[in-house]
Amino acid sequence: MKFSIIGKRYWFFALSLLIILPGLFSMVTQGFNLGIDFTGGTLLDLKFAKPVTVAEVRAVLQEYNLENSVVQLAATEKTDAAPNVLIRTHVLNESERKAVMEGFTAKIGQYDVMRVEKVGATIGSELTREAIIALVLSWLAMIAYISYRFEYRFGVAGIMSLIHDVFVVLGIFSLLQKEIDASFVAALLTIVGYSINDTIVIFDRIRENMKSMKKGESLSEMVDHSIWQTMTRSIYTVLTVLFATGALYFLGGETTKNFSLALLIGFVSGMYSSIFNASPIWYMWKEHDEKKRMEHRMRPA
Amino acid sequence: MRSAALTKFLAVVAIIVLVCGYYITPLALSVKQGLDLQGGTHVVLEAVDTPEAKVDEDAVKRVIKIIEKRINELGLTEPIVQRQGERRIIIELPGVKDPEKAIEMIGKTALLEFQDESGKTYLTGKDLKDSRAQIDQSKQSLVALEFSEQGGKIFGELTSKNVGKHIAILLDKQVLTNPVVNEPIMGGKAVITGNKTQEEAERLAILLRSGSLPVKVEVLETRTVGPTLGDDSKEKSKTAFMVGTILIVAFMLLYYRLAGFVANVSLLLYLVLLLICLKMLNATLTLPGIAGIILSMGMAVDANVLIFERFKEEHRAGKTLRASMDAGFTRAFATIFDSNMTTLFASVILFFLGTGPIKGFAITLTLGIVLSMFTAITITKILLKMLMNASLFKSGKAYGA
Repeated sequence: MKFSIIGKRYWFFALSLLIILPGLFSMVTQGFNLGIDFTGGTLLDLKFAKPVTVAEVRAVLQEYNLENSVVQLAATEKTDAAPNVLIRTHVLNESERKAVMEGFTAKIGQYDVMRVEKVGATIGSELTREAIIALVLSWLAMIAYISYRFEYRFGVAGIMSLIHDVFVVLGIFSLLQKEIDASFVAALLTIVGYSINDTIVIFDRIRENMKSMKKGESLSEMVDHSIWQTMTRSIYTVLTVLFATGALYFLGGETTKNFSLALLIGFVSGMYSSIFNASPIWYMWKEHDEKKRMEHRMRPA
Repeated sequence: MRSAALTKFLAVVAIIVLVCGYYITPLALSVKQGLDLQGGTHVVLEAVDTPEAKVDEDAVKRVIKIIEKRINELGLTEPIVQRQGERRIIIELPGVKDPEKAIEMIGKTALLEFQDESGKTYLTGKDLKDSRAQIDQSKQSLVALEFSEQGGKIFGELTSKNVGKHIAILLDKQVLTNPVVNEPIMGGKAVITGNKTQEEAERLAILLRSGSLPVKVEVLETRTVGPTLGDDSKEKSKTAFMVGTILIVAFMLLYYRLAGFVANVSLLLYLVLLLICLKMLNATLTLPGIAGIILSMGMAVDANVLIFERFKEEHRAGKTLRASMDAGFTRAFATIFDSNMTTLFASVILFFLGTGPIKGFAITLTLGIVLSMFTAITITKILLKMLMNASLFKSGKAYGA
């Protein structure tokens, strides 16, 4: 007999909580490092001819009353000076921004403009709202479809494992204080898409095996058996998507770093939750309902 | 019989690999790339109500027309002007040298007015037929205006009545010049002097030529990705994509041998079909779009992994190669169908509800799912059948079992 995933389900739930709880704690206490896509503001991504320090950049910003801005150095090693600087301020109009940029040239030196972005505050809050509405509605659609093709318990268990993945990624991004921008929304949607796909394959096996359950085979044995039958596939598939995103993370440009990081975390979490959370949740629910039904039947009329 | 079947298989594979291999790079490069990938400027404008002019359907349409005209006059390459929702306009300008100036010009109302000393407006930009930047004898930059027939008449009357007095020319309520009328001007022509540079005169001429916006527009969002970063991320994404694909291809070959080879051929065909669709739809490929492609590629590979794993199970249970393969396809189809449909439903919802990054993701994912169901199931099946007909490899090992 192979290792029983259902039997050890509480250990796997505990492992999930071990990752999600610190993330939740971080979300509540320090929140997210939200980019201007969400908060609104101006972003300057400059590459100076020589390495600069945060203090130098801040000194210039102070002259324009922008000392509350976020300044990040894109340093690869642990040095306090790097040519690449990322500055996030509140929304600047064209002339304000020009003044600051001229200030940098005068006080620090020449630079190459990598990116300049300005996002109004309205757009930021719209993106958040739209992302949440889109996520929730797509979840409802998935529950509806799964309930139609399988049964509602599968639908709800599947969505619970999706919520798990979303929290894992959000939590880790909050813990690491990685910047969250518009492409993060796309990453979350991708993770959700992958995870549900992964989950359904296992559910499909359970559905199939349920029809041919042998006498004396318990529900937990059947579920375990189904998970193990699909295990090779689960691992192979996650490996192939990890190849694609891993390549993007390690070889891709700066603009795709956080995006592919979110995908990497999400895909691993998606695989984990499909195998170790979704099916056990379904099992517990089903078992609970079965027991109730039995009790109902046993009760004398 | 056998060798004929083998030839057929090899010929089909060779055609797919050669044609797709040849066209994939130029095709990939010809699909429009978003500014997050190639650099350039992205602007979101919103038409807003003012006491003078309220926004309506017609106004927004006219704004788009005028903006398009301005961009064309500026000679910018491959611009995209799109409407988003009721009042928003998205403009994408790849490779603009001076994005701030372009944005400033595009969003300018550019309402030209001719007023007498009492401040009454007699003529507006609507009465113009043409406007050109010129340099006069004293090397001064000026904008030469030509009125329409009606406009010329009014201008003649206006100048006749105001000899010795000032006539102000205003742009967006700001006085450009305020010359004194020396004599009536009847020819329907006028000039605006007082421009600092020739460039400034040229921009004013373009603005006046393209007409004033019927409503005020505000800049909600601008994003400029500099050429250095643009080129860098373009190069790097290309490398990353190639390495990722090679890893997947190698993995499939290693674990599923011949079947993996066939799956790889289907995957190649899938990528080319996806690119063709994106090109035909004139879609713009952005970072979220690439996420959609990665996910759909993963699902395409997953479909084949599911089929082949099922095949292995059936083969282990003692079925013949062909029977196991058939069973693998039939059994796995239900799984693939349900898992893909679930994702498809979600992605269609995202397509209709989402804008910006969400929509970009949904487009490639929706297309990707539909196409990958076709290539990963139908094409793989046809090719594998051909290969099995050739009966070249009788052992399940050759197929990864």
